[in-house]
Amino acid sequence: MLEVSGLSKKFGGFTAVSEVSFKLQEGEILGLIGPNGSGKSTTFNLIAGLHAPSSGSVRFAGEEIAGLAPAAVCHRGIARTFQIPRPFRKLSLLENVAIAAFYGQNQKISRAKAYAAAADALALVQLPGGADARVEGLGAAGLKKLELARALATQPKLLLADESLGGLDHAEMEQAADMLAMIRREQGITIIWVEHIMGVLMRVVDRCIVLDHGEVIAQGQPVEVAHDPKVIEVYLGTDAAEVQQTVAQRAA
Amino acid sequence: MKFLALALLAGTPFYGLGNYLLHLVIMCLLWGYVYTSWSIMGRLGLVSFGHGAFLGIGAYSVVMLWNHFGVSPWIGALAGVVASALVAVIIGLPCFRFKIVGHYFALVTLALSEVTRLVIVALRDQTGGSLGATPNTALAQGNPWSLGALQFSDKIVWFYAILVVWLAGLWVWTKVDRGMTRLALEAISQEEEAAASIGINVTRSKLFVTLISAVMTSIGGVLYAQYQLYINPETVSGIGISLQMVFGVIVGGMFVVLGPTVGAVFTLLLSEGLRLALGDAFKQFPALDLAIYGLMLVLFIIYLPKGILGTATDAWRKHSSARAAARR
Repeated sequence: MLEVSGLSKKFGGFTAVSEVSFKLQEGEILGLIGPNGSGKSTTFNLIAGLHAPSSGSVRFAGEEIAGLAPAAVCHRGIARTFQIPRPFRKLSLLENVAIAAFYGQNQKISRAKAYAAAADALALVQLPGGADARVEGLGAAGLKKLELARALATQPKLLLADESLGGLDHAEMEQAADMLAMIRREQGITIIWVEHIMGVLMRVVDRCIVLDHGEVIAQGQPVEVAHDPKVIEVYLGTDAAEVQQTVAQRAA
Repeated sequence: MKFLALALLAGTPFYGLGNYLLHLVIMCLLWGYVYTSWSIMGRLGLVSFGHGAFLGIGAYSVVMLWNHFGVSPWIGALAGVVASALVAVIIGLPCFRFKIVGHYFALVTLALSEVTRLVIVALRDQTGGSLGATPNTALAQGNPWSLGALQFSDKIVWFYAILVVWLAGLWVWTKVDRGMTRLALEAISQEEEAAASIGINVTRSKLFVTLISAVMTSIGGVLYAQYQLYINPETVSGIGISLQMVFGVIVGGMFVVLGPTVGAVFTLLLSEGLRLALGDAFKQFPALDLAIYGLMLVLFIIYLPKGILGTATDAWRKHSSARAAARR
């Protein structure tokens, strides 16, 4: 459903992403991992239209979408969350999500339907949907859930989840990972998940791509990637054993 | 309650107030309408210091077309509206495209208001320059009014005309307030990239309210010109009047529908009061009134950021909910 080929992005003389290519099947959860500054978020921003690529192409459902504006990408059916949550603080939780439902579907649904869809999305991520539920007082986990609800309300076919677990404790991380799995299972949404906490991710994803310095250094099933010597060297290091164990547990 | 207040207001010409007080009420309504027009975009993070430009374009279009070409002010008003819309797009589109927001947007619009004033002054052969312009009268030979020339000698006609326009302004404000567009623009003003990511067309949304606001303001300029039958570049364009709009709306309260109108009443009473109280002092210190405005603006932003009406409404809500709680 998504085909990225030869995607590159230069900021001045700095190459953030270089010749990244991968394919995504419908219904898949793909993990995009790598150390800080490896180009994961930039790759995301290129797909989501926040930056135009320097070269390369992004085809979604058979159409070229590279260089489209973020709103247009959203209307094609690609939603995203942000690494650092960006809630609309002065709006209620319900309003936050309702405008996503309304504008995400290009204003083709009624206000009432948008609010109903927003209430559903909030219920799905277990956030309160009352008119007086505000952004203030939400902790890190709550803000991540709001990001997710807002993205889901746009009725995406593909969800780009950016580092959704930073700042969460272990239990919250597991819960969030299960939530992504549930979203795929129940709503049939394809997911690309950017994360640098590899253990939790490995439990859920079907396939992984590992980036380093803007280049793809490995891709494949979690088992293969976790044992890849290059990945261990640049990324996993001493955590390799732990990650390999997680993958093994999953297989069992 | 609402309708009672409106009926009371509509009866104003029959209270025997005399011409001066009726004139003040008309000016309150007219500036109330203009401030309301400003606040439609101003409250949504698009703080314009350049609305004097739209006021001036409306006022000068209608008077120049009438004086030089004999074009009816009705058509002149239409021309003014179209010209304002064009200017709004020319200024707005690049700003919104290239994410010129906040202080930078304010600076661009500040320049716009001053450029408009300078253009009016520079075209002195056509516009009368700093001396201003008077629409050729259609009320010679004792005609009390001329609908085609949009001139009425009777203040009562103006009172009702401007009352209707003011109500229309409030209606538009409310319409925008209750629409999804308001939420979208609030979202944009808080997190522009996140707003774009959920499918909001940022440029289009901003342009939409900017157009509404600019067009409404230019209609205010038309009404001002036709009512006062005298315009000059200082009163309908430039930095002074543009800042006064910002001042009025902040003082009145930009998040409640009647806030801008309360701001207009306050500003007008203040300026009339200062004029009466400090009549002679003004001659010695010509910018004294501006200094007082500036000081008050700072005090309001610090102590009453929601404005007079906004703060009063909040206090009233708190009071009545406390009473309801006590009853329980």
